[in-house]
Amino acid sequence: MRVLRRAPVHLVLWLVGAAWLAPVVGLLVSSLRPAPDVAASGWWTVLRHPAFTLANYRDVLTAQGLGVGFLNSMAIAAPATAIPLLIAAYAAYAFAWMAFPGRGALFALMVMLLAVPLQTTLVPVLRLLTAAGLTGTFPALWLAHTGYGLPLAVFLLRNFIGGLPPDVLDSAAIDGAGAAQTFFRVVLPLSRPAVASLAIFQFLWVWNDLLVALSYLGGRPSVAPLTVTIAGLVSSLGSGWHLLTAAAFVSMALPLAVFFSLQPYFVRGLVAGAVKD
Amino acid sequence: MGTLLLAAIALAGAPAASVVYIVAAELALGRLAVRPRRALRPWVWLAPALAFVAVFLVYPTLDTVVLSVRDATGAAWIGLANYAFALGSRDALIALRNTVIWLVLFTGLVVGGGLGIAALAERVRYDAAVRGIVFLPMALSFTAAGVIWKFVYEFRPAGAPQIGLLNAVLGAAVPGFEPRAWLVGPPWNTLLLIAAGVWTWVGFATVVFAAALKAVPAEIAEAARVDGAGEWRVFRQITLPLLGPTTGAVATAMVITALKVFDVVYVMTSGNFDTDVLATRMYHALFVDQHLGRAAALAVILLAATVPVMAVNLRRLRREAAAR
Repeated sequence: MRVLRRAPVHLVLWLVGAAWLAPVVGLLVSSLRPAPDVAASGWWTVLRHPAFTLANYRDVLTAQGLGVGFLNSMAIAAPATAIPLLIAAYAAYAFAWMAFPGRGALFALMVMLLAVPLQTTLVPVLRLLTAAGLTGTFPALWLAHTGYGLPLAVFLLRNFIGGLPPDVLDSAAIDGAGAAQTFFRVVLPLSRPAVASLAIFQFLWVWNDLLVALSYLGGRPSVAPLTVTIAGLVSSLGSGWHLLTAAAFVSMALPLAVFFSLQPYFVRGLVAGAVKD
Repeated sequence: MGTLLLAAIALAGAPAASVVYIVAAELALGRLAVRPRRALRPWVWLAPALAFVAVFLVYPTLDTVVLSVRDATGAAWIGLANYAFALGSRDALIALRNTVIWLVLFTGLVVGGGLGIAALAERVRYDAAVRGIVFLPMALSFTAAGVIWKFVYEFRPAGAPQIGLLNAVLGAAVPGFEPRAWLVGPPWNTLLLIAAGVWTWVGFATVVFAAALKAVPAEIAEAARVDGAGEWRVFRQITLPLLGPTTGAVATAMVITALKVFDVVYVMTSGNFDTDVLATRMYHALFVDQHLGRAAALAVILLAATVPVMAVNLRRLRREAAAR
């Protein structure tokens, strides 16, 4: 009786699971099938004529420029993650543990900036970067992503650092530690979980970004990250699905690895970051 | 290769430089008397963050408002002409309408779907696996999700074997079903783009609701069950009201996500076939029409739509501060 009553619950959950996984499985299977097979039959029929190849991956990584794209994504995302973290932690420390006039108002400004859509900044920032001769270069993206990432980073780290036990900080001060020593020796090590979640979020956010890269890099293939290259392939290849699926999977490999290896940090980081612009 | 080297230098050098800055500034502060040191110290620690935020968020937002009443190159004042264009042309009206559809359907489906999945998963033993599976797309870019779903919606003429999952499933399940090119015609294309967006984001809502459900005291629900209340009534009259604040938080986050949605539309249809939204329209105005004023006006409309969300966030912040 109990099993029967629960049957709809199980059915719905299994259907949801299937609907969420099937598109990803289809992508992976298709990326490993020979081109004529992908065009001629659905990926779910693969077991009827199993034939697999790595040719699609070889093709997208070399001829279609995804190898370069992967390196570019890395060269964009790593500094764009490293630069804002410490800067945000400094500000969070000040917001949490120092008294100064305008503290409440400035922090409220940060919270408001959380909701500002990135698009609002696009035109003026593009003009600034053009004036500085930075459009089409990686530093343009490092700087812009640092700016865009800071409100969330400051907000989350302030809440975490503000929640540290005051006696720990006090005892550091009694031991004669200055603000810098207290921060680097006590505050930062204690904040490691928050910083790790934030780093994962910021890295994936930059890795997955299309709009900022498209706008400030101007679509030059030599500097284009994976997302920009793939968006270009979608329009140029049309229904070359054997290549498009392989290309998409190349861009997913690193996020999926992070997902499976660092799940607790990852979930915390993404859930916290979902409020971002 | 030179760019990679530059990236490596930035990766190590920028954080190192910021450490040097703090240490040097603290040494300088140490030479001051107590009062000026106390007064200056917070600004030393805040300065780098405030500088970035000022240059990349505050100034651009204000400048966008100014540019929105100027012409294509930002040179001359032209009043509200850009807004008249943004709200008057057929293309812009379609983008506006689609953004509203995204706001309502995307937000509603993510909140409702996430709540439903979390509530059902709570009743089974493999709940963590369900949450993991629906959360997985959160790791992927909208660009990858766009490719994934474009492939699901792929169309082959009737008679040929379908390679897109949607046409194949409907063909197998519905007698006499004619395969369709889903993405080329409204209203299905916009609805299916929204479906791809919901697929990506529902995991976020599921995880947040699952955490909130765990915090609902089991005794209250148990007492109601003893009094003879059915599962559905317990959920509706006890659990749901307790989830109010969580629902609000998830909904605000999704409203912002829906407002700025760009990638999924850009990748799957490029805004063709009446699927444009405000963000793709703005990209078009900026890079195809090269009209700074119109792009800025569209951005201001987006910004205005987020103002209520900002107000809600600020109120929540104040309430939390008061509770501390």
